[in-house]
Amino acid sequence: MAEPVLELSGVSKSFGALAAADNVALTLMPGEIHALIGPNGAGKSTLMALISGRHTPDAGTIRFAGRDITGLSVARRARLGLGRTFQVSSLIPEYTALRNVMLALQARQGHPYRFVRPVRRDRSLTGPAHDLLARVGLAGRAGVPSETLSHGERRLLELAVALALAPKAFLLDEPMAGLGADGARTLTAFLDGLRAEAPILLVEHDMDAVFALADRVSVLASGQVIATGTVDEIRADPQVRRAYLGDGEEA
Amino acid sequence: MDERRRELTINAVLALGLLAAPLVALAVDEPFYVTLATRVTLLALAGVGLNLALGLGGMVSFGHAAYFGLGGYVAGILAHHAFNGTPVLLGLPGTDQMIVIWVVAMVLAGLLAAVIGALSLRTSGIFFIMITLAFAQMLYYFMLSWPAYGGEDGLPIFLRNGIPGLDTMRPWDMFVISYGVLLAALALFAMLRGARFGAALMAIRQNPDRAAAVGIAPFGVKLAAFAASGMITGLAGALMADLNGFVSPAMMAWQTSGELIVICILGGVGRLFGPVAGAAILVGFETVFGGLTQHWQLFLGLVLLLVVLFARGGLIGLIAGRQRHG
Repeated sequence: MAEPVLELSGVSKSFGALAAADNVALTLMPGEIHALIGPNGAGKSTLMALISGRHTPDAGTIRFAGRDITGLSVARRARLGLGRTFQVSSLIPEYTALRNVMLALQARQGHPYRFVRPVRRDRSLTGPAHDLLARVGLAGRAGVPSETLSHGERRLLELAVALALAPKAFLLDEPMAGLGADGARTLTAFLDGLRAEAPILLVEHDMDAVFALADRVSVLASGQVIATGTVDEIRADPQVRRAYLGDGEEA
Repeated sequence: MDERRRELTINAVLALGLLAAPLVALAVDEPFYVTLATRVTLLALAGVGLNLALGLGGMVSFGHAAYFGLGGYVAGILAHHAFNGTPVLLGLPGTDQMIVIWVVAMVLAGLLAAVIGALSLRTSGIFFIMITLAFAQMLYYFMLSWPAYGGEDGLPIFLRNGIPGLDTMRPWDMFVISYGVLLAALALFAMLRGARFGAALMAIRQNPDRAAAVGIAPFGVKLAAFAASGMITGLAGALMADLNGFVSPAMMAWQTSGELIVICILGGVGRLFGPVAGAAILVGFETVFGGLTQHWQLFLGLVLLLVVLFARGGLIGLIAGRQRHG
């Protein structure tokens, strides 16, 4: 059996008396889309923060690409190949779409302590950045500051920035949030193809997208993973229906 | 791109205007104004240093007087020992060579900024402002109470330090030296801003979480910028002490830190020529209104208020728009 790209074991994190993550075990296998669902307050955001390095767990270990990353900083984890998007778009507001992607590309190419060569004329940055924008459908918006892009365009730019890292795993936090039905369908098709590049851990409220994309689904409730399985298994799981889809009622 | 051209134009006007002012003053035999232009130049240089931390990195240092004053004391102390023929410490002699003084001033100011930065960059906002202020005030009171180099009376530089081939006692030569150093600092600022380092630094100012998420650790980049910032301001301090022929703890006082921030805000925070415009405005007010009333700072305060309320981008922003260009 293949090694998991990302593996959480026994991960716990409390804020005061609240156990936001409680002994969580989770794996992300090569080539899969693993969806993480759960009601509001279930601990999805905390789990994403623990994986990305924003929080450090109180207990447990996180392994990524064959090494223990439990104690590493956000930046170190990103350099190891963890490409993430944020639940609320988080870009460099005054930078154009192109420069947002160029920043990720330069970080992937090495340390930022390069003081002489201007980035504007650096073909190793501008070339791939244009390609990536074209790939997410933002070719015509390269010169627009990200703060003046539309909400949907910013979601796509987040994705282009994550792609620029050529990550070993994607960590996507509600990429569909705020997109219209058309946008969500386009993005679903895009993510479907993306899993061939790197596996995706997907937090998403859009159940159509989750059921269409996910190879496996984990259900989080009160900080615990209460079930993991295929879409059909999760739909049939009585515990899940109680905790998430509503007490015994058809969802 | 129109705004970009306008900013380049105003930059050229400022650079040439600053060069023309002392030439006109010499032509009409008013050497005082040559020295005044030199003062503008050196305050601008100190401002360029602060602008690197404040403008590009968003680090509101309220303690840059520490580096400015340290540079000043390096010039004063080394000249003092060269004049008396006594060793500075551990048998090392003093010097009256400006270039040696500049190097020492930059190294020491850079080290001081690195230490202060390492201790204060873990905080942000008002805490960062207060910690940088506290460090600068510590240094201020130390120099005030240390009698070896004049204490609160300060330390005179009897003979202005020299550069081979130039007569630094002549106002024009002193101006040319200062102007050349300012242009070099501006070129360095523009280069850093355009390079990967600047791209990372400006990104961290706007959104440190995003920078970290693409793999750029904010702390190191900010610390490097802060140290470079202190070096430039320290160099300006060394030259200013030589221009004044005098260094005192006042150079390290919080008012000096405030003046440097005012210079950046008046001209335009983060703009290449912002500190040049700001220093010209400050010294202009000091000269024009200072001749009329002791309370000239009242007028400066009014202008500062207007800028903060209605022209956030300072003078450069007023003319060339909000966006930051070369």
